[in-house]
Amino acid sequence: MTASNEALKSLLYATADDLLILGHRNSEWTGLGPLLEEDIAFSSMAQDQMGQSLALYEILQRDLGERDPDTIAFLRPESEYRCCHFVEYPIGSYAFSLMRHFLFDQASYLRFAALAESSFKPLAFVSRKLLGEIKYHIMHGNTWMAQLSRGGEESHARMQSALNEAFPMALGIFEKLEHEEELVDAGVYAGSAQLRDLWLQHIEPALAHGGLALPELNAQEAGTAFFGGRKGFHSEHLGSLIEEMGAVLRSDPSADW
Amino acid sequence: MHTVTEQDIWQALEEVMDPEIPRVSVVDLGMIHEVKLRGNKAEISFLPTFSGCPALDYITRDIKQRIEQLPLDSVAVNVTYAVPWSTNRITEKGKKLLKESGLAPPKHSDGYISLDVLSDTECPYCSSRNTVLQSPFGPTLCRAIHYCKNCSQAFEQFKPVA
Repeated sequence: MTASNEALKSLLYATADDLLILGHRNSEWTGLGPLLEEDIAFSSMAQDQMGQSLALYEILQRDLGERDPDTIAFLRPESEYRCCHFVEYPIGSYAFSLMRHFLFDQASYLRFAALAESSFKPLAFVSRKLLGEIKYHIMHGNTWMAQLSRGGEESHARMQSALNEAFPMALGIFEKLEHEEELVDAGVYAGSAQLRDLWLQHIEPALAHGGLALPELNAQEAGTAFFGGRKGFHSEHLGSLIEEMGAVLRSDPSADW
Repeated sequence: MHTVTEQDIWQALEEVMDPEIPRVSVVDLGMIHEVKLRGNKAEISFLPTFSGCPALDYITRDIKQRIEQLPLDSVAVNVTYAVPWSTNRITEKGKKLLKESGLAPPKHSDGYISLDVLSDTECPYCSSRNTVLQSPFGPTLCRAIHYCKNCSQAFEQFKPVA
């Protein structure tokens, strides 16, 4: 069987919106990074992520009949976004942003590695390409995680505290997609729960290398505390971000850039 | 009248340069996926180096403008992901020109990226390998920043991607 267009759209919007929104968040470090190289790194990763979301929005337009990428990215109402809450939160401290980058990009790499085998070919081709870019994000995240977690008492404490805050949020990446069974049955997508288990296997050794431990979660945190994004219910932070992202475009939608 | 051949198109594409590295052509960067000629209509598909590269629109335009100078009925230029671009597609000539442009060429990549893979990159100015990686991210998405301890200069590398 093949997946319906509705199911494919659910997967593409979730994947692309995560990248667009985190890309915008990461770009907020431009000019503010704790050192020049980190400023450049976060700006570059932001640019990668926005480019990656564009490649997916182009599939939505070309193969699934959705509107053009600029309209999709900037002019949808909040309830039509499918990103998880994790990417919506403000950048917070550098430790939080770094931990979010580490946790997210590990998931992003595994998600695209799985999608590279997807039966939906346009998505498989794009995914294969994006992996080469995300390898640099993984290296960056792992390097700084190890450096800072092993960098002395205060540094270690800050990284553990960032992990405690970010980890339950990160589980929202793996909220079940709309039409997920259909996507799995059609060989389009491996499934959110399978991806989460694979992700845990990958992050645990890297965290342990830095002497960091996954926090104990209460039932709500381990469950659905940060869910909702895949169904269009968002944290309080997304609305104002969309407002800001689209402000220039909305001021003159007919302008030619 | 001379009929345009695929070879003519490839030759013309060698004159289309990367907007950010104006001595290296899109052919030498391994960006051209396919040239199709049906009757007198050309279709050229190229591979994006990085999905977020802001030069893609310029490259599309530059290819179209150059090929339209040939006596063809129509020219279409598309971006494709049919095969993933990687730095292993850069030709030997391309690598030589990168070095002459002050950019260390990428080593062959087996797809594994680590700090070790990026270390000991040869300095494009003095050819020393006594160099250190400063940042895997640079002024554009395709470049990393290194420092040469031999000639005491920072230099950029076209970083390996696969």
